[in-house]
Parts: sequence; C-alpha cells; structure tokens
Amino acid sequence: MKEDNGWSPYVAGALSGLVSIGSVWFVGKYLGASTTFVRTTGMVEKLFSPERVAKMPYFIKEAPIIDWQWMFVIGIALGSFVAAITSGSFRIQAVPDMWERRFGYGGPSRALVAFIGGIIAMFGARLADGCPSGHGLSGGLQLSVSGYIALACFFIGGMISANWLYKGGDGR
Amino acid sequence: MTDLWYGLITGVLFGFFLQKGRVLRYDKQIAALRLQDMTIVKFMLSHIAVAMVGVYFLYDMGLVKLSLKPTILGGVVIGGLIFGLGWGLLGYCPGTSLGAVGEGRLDALWGMAGMLVGAGLYAEAYPAMQKTVLTWGNYGRITIPQVLGVNHWLVIVPFVLLTVLLFRWLEKKGL
Repeated sequence: MKEDNGWSPYVAGALSGLVSIGSVWFVGKYLGASTTFVRTTGMVEKLFSPERVAKMPYFIKEAPIIDWQWMFVIGIALGSFVAAITSGSFRIQAVPDMWERRFGYGGPSRALVAFIGGIIAMFGARLADGCPSGHGLSGGLQLSVSGYIALACFFIGGMISANWLYKGGDGR
Repeated sequence: MTDLWYGLITGVLFGFFLQKGRVLRYDKQIAALRLQDMTIVKFMLSHIAVAMVGVYFLYDMGLVKLSLKPTILGGVVIGGLIFGLGWGLLGYCPGTSLGAVGEGRLDALWGMAGMLVGAGLYAEAYPAMQKTVLTWGNYGRITIPQVLGVNHWLVIVPFVLLTVLLFRWLEKKGL
C-alpha cells in the first residue's frame, strides 16, 4: 500500500498549537485527555454500584460526568475521521504494519498487549496526574516543571518497553 | 452547556490536525520511542512552541490564566515512568487512541478498554497513593522561569530558538 504523506508535522503541530491558544483564550481550557477515562469508568461503575462510587475519593475528585474535556476527547475521534475520509487515508486495520513485520499477523497477541499496555499506561497517567496532552502539551507550553519531568519520564519508560518489544528488530 | 460545544469543536480541530500530521499511528509513536522517526516529537514541540508564545503573550495582557499541575516528584516520576512503559506496549496515548480509532485503527479500541480498566484500578489505589507516593517531593505549582527567578520571555525565546535548531538537526539526520 502506498504511503500517504499527510501534512508536515511542523505545520500540523503549529496549527494545533493555535487551537490550544484559542481554547485557553476563549474558554479558559487547557487540552488534556486522561481524566476523561476516569470519568467514563466512574459512569460505568455507577451503573452497578452507585453508593460505592459516590463514596470513593477519586470519583469525588473527578466526578463521573460529561464535561468539556469529555466532549473534547470525543471530538478528537470525529476530527480524525473527517481528516482521514477526506484525504483517502482512512483504513480499517487491526494490526499495525510494524507489529506485523515483527510478529507476523498476530491479531490476538496485538489485542492482548494493547489491552495490558492500556491498563499500565492509564494507571501511570493518573498517578502522574496527566498524559502527553495534559502534562506534555499543556504543561510544556506553560513552562511547568511538572510537564517537563513527566515528558522525560514518559519517553524513558516508553523507550524501555518499545525497545524491549522490538529488540530483534522488525525485519526492515 | 456552551462549554460542552466548545469542547467538541476544539476536539474536532485538534483531531483533524493530529490526523493530518500523521501522529496518531502506532508506527509513528513506536518509531519515535525507537529513535527512528521523530514525527511525533516535531508535532509536539511545534505545538508547544507556538502555544507557549501565544499563551504567555495573552497572559501578559491579562487575558488568560495559567493552570499548572503541581510538581509532586513521587507521582510525576513514578507515574510518568509507568505511563511510559504502558505507552511503549500500547503505541497510543489516551488522546491519540480515540484519534486512531477515527482513522480506522481498531487495535486502539483494546487499548481504550485497557485504559478504562486502568483508571478504575487507580481509583481503588488512590487513597493509598495519597498517603504515600503523592506526598513525596511536593514542590507545588512551579514553572521553569520561577525556579530560575527570571522573566518568562528569557526562557521562551531560548526555548523557541533551541527548538528550531533541534528541528534543523533532525532534518539533517533524516529523522
């Protein structure tokens, strides 16, 4: 399949930076994503045991409600879908190319590693109080000390696990 | 209610540019962690540099407020490293996982399911974390200019210049 090039990451990144400025200016909101997962999990748990959720300190801190950030995160999926469809780069794919080159097809193994990786990543993001958007982009642009320490740790951890997973190379 | 609409519109624009910059893909995220292709670093630093100049300009005009996360070394360092380990396995971060689904990468759905479980586990662990990790090395809401004791523009201007130099170096190296 032909590699589609998209836009320069510098241009796309700079334009997304303007989105950040507009959001801070007009609504007073800095971009972030991981709190939304807490709120969503809270909504699901509330269906089964509302009394318990109401008493849990973390769900009191991050209430299970739909807020600005929740809609922002949904918007990311919509915006990406529009950009992909209009440029012909939408592609249904369950196993990334790099994974396939390294491990063969591996649908179930990819699903399992993605699921476990997701558990670990979100636990860490909540402990750190942010993800690459909240700490990296929003913390970074405000010159927050926490943002740069978090970014460095994100990349160090990621380099360890990604290089461990691909230590045999991917046949390229 | 208006906030919700602003959130959606902001997300649509952000997701659009993420997709155009090709930063939503597993291959791009893992290639950055394997130091083979720095597309996501270029995107992130371009975003940070542009927004830093804009937000601090508005801040000086008194039009916006900063919203800093506290620097709690225990949480940020340990949590950051744990996040990184998971990120290297998943190949998407919380925001990009939804964008990846938007362009048809269905493996991100497994990651999202895992992240919801991880959020639930953290909610269980939170009271214990509050008593331990989250009390270690709390320096409050601090910025780099505050720590250095200088005006923020004395950090912003060198930051932007260094970013441009880094970009030139990355292009020369073909990363």
